[in-house]
Order: sequence, then C-alpha cells, then structure tokens
Amino acid sequence: MSAAHNHPAPAPLGGPLWTPTTKILAALVALAGVILLVRFIFGLGAVTNINDGYTWGIWVVYDVVIGSAFACGGYSVALLVYIFNKGEYHPMVRPALLASLFGYTLAGAGVIFDLGRYWNFWHIFWPGYAQPNSVMFEVAVCISAYIVVMWIEFSPAFLEKFGKKDTKKKLNKVLFFLIALGTVLPSMHQSSLGSLLVVFGYQVHPLWQSILLPLFYLMTAITIGFAIVVFEACLSSAGFKRPLEMHLLGKLSKVMLWTLAAYLAIRFVDLAVRGALGNMFALNIEAFMFWVETALFVAPLVILSNAQARKNPAKLFIAACSLIMAGFILRINSFLVGYETGPGWHYFPSVSEIMVSIGMIALEILGYIVLVRYLPILSGNNEASAVATNK
Amino acid sequence: MSISRREFLKGALAGGTLLATGAPAEARENKTMPDEALGLLYDSTLCIGCKACVSACKEVNNMPPEFSTPEHLWDTPLDISGKTLNVIKVYQDGNSQTKDSEKDGFAFMKVSCLHCVDPSCVSACPVSAMTKDKVTGIVGYDKSICIGCRYCVAACPFGVPRFQYDTPVPQISKCQLCRHRIPDGQYAGCAQVCPTGATLYGKVKDLHAEAKRRLALKPGEETQFPRGNINTHDQSSHTAKAAKYLPEIYGEKELGGTQMLKLSAVPFEKLGMPKLPEQSYAAKSETMQHTLYGNALAIPLAFLGVLTYVAKRNVKHDDDADDEKK
Amino acid sequence: MNDDTIENEKSMVALEKRLDISRRTFMQMCAAMAATMGLPKSAEAAIAKAVATKQRPSVIWLQFQECTGCTESLLRAEHPAIDKLILDIISLDYHETLFAAAGHQADAARKSAMKAHKGKYILVVEGAIPTKDNGIYCKIGGQTAIELLKECAADAAAVIAIGSCASWGGMPSTPPNPTGATSVSEILGKVVPNIPGCPPNPYNFLSTVVHFLTFGKLPDVDEKGRPKFAYSRLVHENCERRAHFDAGRFAMEFGDDGHKKGYCLYKLGCKGPETYANCPAILFGDVGNASWPVGTGHPCIGCTEKGIVFTKPIHALADLKTMRPPVGFPRVVEEQGIGATLGAAVLTAAVAGAAVGAGMQLAKNLGKDVKLDESEPAKKEERNPS
Repeated sequence: MSAAHNHPAPAPLGGPLWTPTTKILAALVALAGVILLVRFIFGLGAVTNINDGYTWGIWVVYDVVIGSAFACGGYSVALLVYIFNKGEYHPMVRPALLASLFGYTLAGAGVIFDLGRYWNFWHIFWPGYAQPNSVMFEVAVCISAYIVVMWIEFSPAFLEKFGKKDTKKKLNKVLFFLIALGTVLPSMHQSSLGSLLVVFGYQVHPLWQSILLPLFYLMTAITIGFAIVVFEACLSSAGFKRPLEMHLLGKLSKVMLWTLAAYLAIRFVDLAVRGALGNMFALNIEAFMFWVETALFVAPLVILSNAQARKNPAKLFIAACSLIMAGFILRINSFLVGYETGPGWHYFPSVSEIMVSIGMIALEILGYIVLVRYLPILSGNNEASAVATNK
Repeated sequence: MSISRREFLKGALAGGTLLATGAPAEARENKTMPDEALGLLYDSTLCIGCKACVSACKEVNNMPPEFSTPEHLWDTPLDISGKTLNVIKVYQDGNSQTKDSEKDGFAFMKVSCLHCVDPSCVSACPVSAMTKDKVTGIVGYDKSICIGCRYCVAACPFGVPRFQYDTPVPQISKCQLCRHRIPDGQYAGCAQVCPTGATLYGKVKDLHAEAKRRLALKPGEETQFPRGNINTHDQSSHTAKAAKYLPEIYGEKELGGTQMLKLSAVPFEKLGMPKLPEQSYAAKSETMQHTLYGNALAIPLAFLGVLTYVAKRNVKHDDDADDEKK
Repeated sequence: MNDDTIENEKSMVALEKRLDISRRTFMQMCAAMAATMGLPKSAEAAIAKAVATKQRPSVIWLQFQECTGCTESLLRAEHPAIDKLILDIISLDYHETLFAAAGHQADAARKSAMKAHKGKYILVVEGAIPTKDNGIYCKIGGQTAIELLKECAADAAAVIAIGSCASWGGMPSTPPNPTGATSVSEILGKVVPNIPGCPPNPYNFLSTVVHFLTFGKLPDVDEKGRPKFAYSRLVHENCERRAHFDAGRFAMEFGDDGHKKGYCLYKLGCKGPETYANCPAILFGDVGNASWPVGTGHPCIGCTEKGIVFTKPIHALADLKTMRPPVGFPRVVEEQGIGATLGAAVLTAAVAGAAVGAGMQLAKNLGKDVKLDESEPAKKEERNPS
C-alpha cells in the first residue's frame, strides 16, 4: 500500500552559493542585524512604532503568528504522508520540513527580540514561574517543543550528508513517535495562536472575536500549509529550473480546497450565529479588510473549481498565493486591524521595523537556498542543476 | 492501516463541535473577591481636577516626570504610561460651564489600575509576573519575573498596564495600590492627598457601602464626605451637597467586579469607561483552554496516542521497503 | 494754541492749586484709574480732562445696616487719597460718618443738596435695608431706611450700591435673616450698579464713579449689576497660587510645610473657585505684593458672593464654578502613536508591488516554460496495480 519510493532519493542540489540573489538576501539580513543591534542598545521604541495601544506590532503578528503559519508546510505534508499514508507526497516532505524548520526557528528568534525582558525568557518553562492558565504559556512551550522535534525530524538529512548511517537507523526506529508529536504539537499551538485573542474580549472586533478562534486558526494553518507547499514547489521549480510535480500538486490542491471550503462554512456560520454578519456592511476599515480577507479565501475556490484548472501550474500558483495572503490578512486583521484597546491610538510599522521582518524573510530564503544546495533535501530530478540558477 | 477520508471528516467534525460548545463541564466561574480586599472609591462628582493625586503618586512611587509640552518645565502626562501610573482626565462638552453636566459641562475621571477581581492580566501572564494577592486582592507586578511579552498590556480591557519602549531594560508599569507602603502603615498616595475625598481608600466592602449610601441621597442633600482612609479615619470629613449621581457603581459587576469602584454624574462611557459584560474574559479564555487541554492534556494525549499508532504503521512500512531495496 | 487747549491749561493750573498736587501725580492717578477699569490708554486724557474741567458732582451717601467698612475702605485709598482728592473730585454733600455736623443740621444739609442738584446727584448706598415689620429695624431721623432710600433715589442721576450688604444683603442677611435685610436693587425694583465685597476694593468704586464722570454713563455691568471690569472673572482665574492648584500642591493645615511654602489654600476652604472679584489683580491697602487674603495665607471667604460668604463655612470646600483647563489637561481621548509615515508606506507598497510583480511573472513562466515531469504517467500506472 505504501508505494512511496518509486522516485529518486534526495540529494544536494549543488551549485554556487554566492549568486546575486544570495548576495542581496545576505545584505538584507545584515541590515536587519544592525537594526536589531540598535534595538538591544536603545530599546524597542528606538526602531519600532509599537505603543501601548498597539503593543504587538508586526514583529509579533508577522514574524511569529504569520511566520509560523507559513511554516506549516511541514506539518501539512507530514499529516498527508504519515497519517493519511499518501506516500506519493513523500518527496515533498524534506523540502517542506526544511521550510518549516526555518520558519519556526526564526519565529522563535523573532519572539526573543520582541520580548522586552528577554533575559528572563527561561521563566516561561520553569516550574514555579510558568503560569499554565495563560494561552501564551502553552504557545511558547508547544512551539519550543515543536522546534526541537523538527530539528530531530530533519536530522536524517544531516546524518545522510555526514554518512552517519547507524545513527540514522536508530533514529528511524523512533521517527514515528516524533512524527506523531510533530502533528499534535502544531495543532495545539497554531490553534492557540488564535486563542491568544479570546482574552482580549471586546477589544477584538466582532468580525473576528469568537470562541472558535482556535478552530479558525488551526484550519487556516493546515490550509496555508498546503498552499505553502504548492508555492514553494513552484518557486523551487522556477528558481532551480527543476520540473514541477503537477500530479502531486494537483491532488494536493484538491485536499487544500476541501479544508478551505470547510473553514469558510464554519467561519460564516459562526458569524451568523453570533449576529455579527451585519458588521460586514459597515463603512469602515474593519469591514473593508474583512472583504479583502474573504475575497482572498474565496478566490482559490473559484480559480481551481475544475480539474482542468488544477492541472494548470500558473493557476495553481496564483490560487496558492491567494490563500497564503488570505491567511496573512486574517491574522493581520484579528491582531491589528480589528484590535482596538481604545480610541486615539495609531500604529503603522516604521521603516526599520519593516526592514527587520524583511530581513527575517531573507534569512529564511537564504537559509533554504544554502541548505538545499548543500544537504540532501530535494529529490534527485536535478539535471540542469549546476549552471541554471542565476536569477 | 490509514484513516479514510470519511473517518477524518467525522473526527474533524466531532473535534470542531467539541471546541464550539466549549464543553460546559469545564466552565470556570468568575473568581470572587477576598473578604478583606482593599481598594479605592473614586467619586467623579467630588473630583476638582487638581491633580494632587497625580503628583503624589509620582512622588511615592519615584516615577520620573513626563513632558507633553515643548518646554519641559513640569510633569504634564496626557495618559498613564511607562512613567505615569495615575492621571486625571477631563471630559468637556459644549461651553464646559457646569461641573458634572453631560451637556455644556465638564467632569473628571481618574485613570489607574482598577484591581479587577478576576484580572485578565493575571490570566494572560505566562510567567506569573502579574499576581493577585490572596488577602488584599491587590494586583501586583514583579519585574524580576517579567519577560516583557506585553500580553498583559494587550489583554487588559481597561488598557491599564503600560510598557517602557524607550529603554533597553524596560518593565511594565501600573498602579499597585501602594502595596509597598503597607508595611509602614501607610496607604495609597492618591487617596492620602485628595483634598475632597474624591479618591477614598479602604476595604472594598466598606467603600461599597459608602458608594451605596451616596447613591441613596437626594441630589443637593448635604452630607459628610470622608477623606483619606475610610477605615482608619485619619483625616477629617467635610460637608458638601450630594451631586446628581447616575444610579450605577462602575466596577460592581463589570467583568466580575473591580476593587476600584467609581461614581459619576456623567455617563461612564463618555468618561472612557467601557460597558462590559459580567463574565470576565479571563474566565472565558481559561474555560476554553481547560476544555481543550484540561485533565492533564487528556485530549491532546489521546490524539497523540492515535497518531502514534497510525504513524508507526506507515513509517514502519517505509523503512522495511528501504531495507528490502538495499 | 487753540481755545480748547488754553481752557485746558487754565483748568490744569486751577486743578493743581485746588488739589495741591503736581500735574504729574494727577496724570498718574488718571492712568491708574483707566487701568483699573481696563480702558485704553487714550482714556487717561479723557479722565484728566473730565476731572479738571467738569463741575464736581454732588454725592449723597446713605448708610443703613452696615459696619461702615466700605467707608473705611475708601478712606484708605491712596490714589486718589480721600482727603485730598476724593472730596475735591466729587462734592460729598452728605455722609454721616465723615460729617462734622449731626442731627437736624446734617439732615437739612442733605435735603438742601438734593434740592439744589435735583436729578444730577449720585446716590451711594452703603448697608442693607431691613424690610421686616415695615423696616423699623433701621431708622434715621425718624424715617425708615426704605423710605429714606426711596426718597433719595427718586431724584438721583445714578444710584450705586457699595459693599455686599447694599448689593445683595450682606452680613445682616445671614440666615435666618431676622430683620429681612435686602439689597438696594430689590427695594428699588431695578438692578442698580453694585460694588460687592466685604469690604470692596475702594478702586472698584472710585473707577465706577470716575467712569460716570468722564463718559456720562456707568461702566458695563453683568446681570447682577456688577461692573464687568472688576467682577467678570473668578478669583481662581487670576490667583497667584493657581499653579499650585494645577499641580496639586495644597496646604493641609495652617502653619504646615505647604502653608509656609505658599501652596494653594483650596483644601483650607478657599472660595476663590466660585467667587467673582478682582482682588488678586489689584490687591488691598496699597502696601505692595500679596496684600490680599490668599496672599497673606488665609483662604478667600468669597465676600462678594451671595450664598457663599456668611452662608458657607469658611473652611468648607468650594465648588468649581467654571472649568478653564490648563492647555495640557489630558482629555479622555488623546491621539497617540505613529501611523503610517511616508517612508513606511512607500516601503510597504514597494515590497507588496515587488511581491505581486514577481508572483505574476512566475505565474506566467509556470504556464509556459516549466517542463511537466514526463515520467509521471508511467509512475501512475505502476502505483495502481488494481
């Protein structure tokens, strides 16, 4: 039943590490590093626009909440491959896992530089200090545990590179447990990233405040996870001039559409039950952004409505982008646009604040490129590897 | 064995329903106020906007001045912040002629921690830096524990905890009812200097009784207003006429109640105090968390068990295939 | 030099002789008078001319239920000093306290002055008028105060009530007001100019008279008949200790640290926040700085206001009459935080634009260039044995 191994084994892509692309990315990372240095010397206010009305800016909302959702590729593919036993998606596991690994590790790093008193960070794990009623406690512990699990899950790639076959074999014996953990943990914390908002009460606009927030965040995380896999597959294909596994992607997109439809149904039923639908028609920024978010969620359903469309890589890519943006906007809306602690507060990220987030993205892409070239991650269909990538 | 699509959908639906109903069996009630809880009674009609309390608070808490004018001449905070734990705000309407009049009048409101009975900040804090004293009910902050995540800043429905964004070693800033003065037999600085007794300190049960007494008076009726500490009577009271109070004690029921109670003649919403439900947001959030993760993580562990079994079956076959190939 | 100026010159010389002061001192007096009334600089000249040239108006001064404090206050005026100037600027034709004569002689002087200057004399009333039992509680020369007032007011060009007693009843009207003490305005049935105070600052009275003299009419008054130049602002608004009030620094007890430092006296019962008067601006007694109650360390008792002085306890807290917040008083909603700056907006737009552009380019490429995995169909067959 599991006929997953009729595709070539993963191998390092090879090719030059210093290209114009990687140079630009490195520069962006360096710039972000400088800004962070200023942050550590002078305080958060020196480089960000966060204030007491909007105390969580894009460093939390993008880098942590959205960034980790974008990192759900590994989660979604593992779910498919190891839980639903769709072995044909197996080649997607390592690249998805790598993206996840980077996404989550950087989200974790992002937390550290957003924390005001970061040197006390270990308190969150320490018995006596840890406060289990807090949603944030659970988010922190889960994410930390998941990062550890992912590094272990990913270690076969390293072990292969360095020829440690025996260690790898031992690891394989317990891999199933790690995989199970790697499915439960993200379910817990991705939903809890939504639960964070429940305690905000009336401060979150009725278009987003709901007791079902954990469910919405979980379902969108899974859906985005699939979309990210499609997105990254297309990007890798174009970037590294590799063929696109349309068959897999087509099937994946079908799964993605089902979860998306289920999410939309529950979301709107919830709005109706809470009597919040009317808010959609108000003339304010919240209603407008809600429409943007909904449109981005609904678009993929339209674009990929028939089997033919699902075979079209361009449409697949656009639909995936739309879905990723939808998840992004949902989180921006629930944490920032729809959040108001009181009238009179304004927030928009500052230039330096944005540059740090961009630096994080750059680091992720850079890291991905470097590791994919250096470690056995992408499956061996790489005829035009060495010279092709000079974007 | 693998889970079929049908089974998955069934499971998802069941899980979703579970989440949606919030499993009432796990519901957490609002916390209750300790018997000897300490607090404040702020009477907006007595307040004259002199800001003695703002000044005194800065002094007893060693807070720096905050400037909002181009010439940095004296402390002029516009709001509570990393440097200011207490401010008095003014409401003005029309020509601002008559005190405590909603139309063409002006009124004052004290802005400082309300020391909720079931605080959102205490529930939100992941490291127990925000705590509620079991005896006095004072919501205290310990910076040595705090990690500066600012979840409390975002969670507080009154926007009370503030953060210091301008320093590399920041901390959260909020009124702690001068609990550091209690060992010296002192009490809240704001109540101590208030010339009219607009801010009154004491046991919440006594302050509540005093609030009820005032609401029962006829507007214009002369009465004695205590000043300072209602329990120790350390200051003389004074005689004045009762204002036309709104028949409402703010903080009596809001989110399970607060230990700073407020009286006013102008609607509270216009003075910046929002209308709030009785169920505390902490209770809501914790009920949700306990439903999902209560009983020693029963649900997640159950999931883990199932998934481990399934994964074992699938991964095992992969490895066997691998070995066979070699 | 034209005729007018020559006339002026003559008058000035005559004035100097008459008043026995230098022209310079006289002009300073007129300037001070103009300033007190809030009149422009040009008024000085008008005042000087009026005083120098016009006939001294006759003034009849009645005293009823009073303590003579208002007269005493007037006696202590320096510019003009009463002995030299006031008795020469005006012709004081009847004043029981200052007259040497008494009894029928004094009465006769009054009647003849009233006859001689009928319709032209100024009537000044000091003290309240009792109304209970037909006003028998104050009788002068066999007449009740009510009768006397009505008689004298009938032929007066102007009536001025000086002091709180004449303005609204004052001390005699302290509850329960056993004599039914009332104000001049109430007896006469119309609002006359009132100069309340207990006692009032003499210059408020003097300025009013000089205004009348100069311009032929009384200065602008409020609905209670009080000249606006003196009674349109609260004591609180011009108080020299206002900064202490605004900063919350109060004297808690007489003689404590705050009191010694000159802090605000609100908590000791200062009625400044609900009392209209110009005491902090012009002070009392011409002895220099801080020569008024608050300045010396005693809370204002609200002596110009009915319902405050003699009614509210001196140490009871005052109600705030009018809110003129300091510019920096925090409002319920203050705008805080930095919204989108130009740089941030441009950067965000640039990033979004680049992302969309790259995405669209990639989508286009995916449609055309990328090879589909040709081995896929073969694999598919292998995977589905059934």
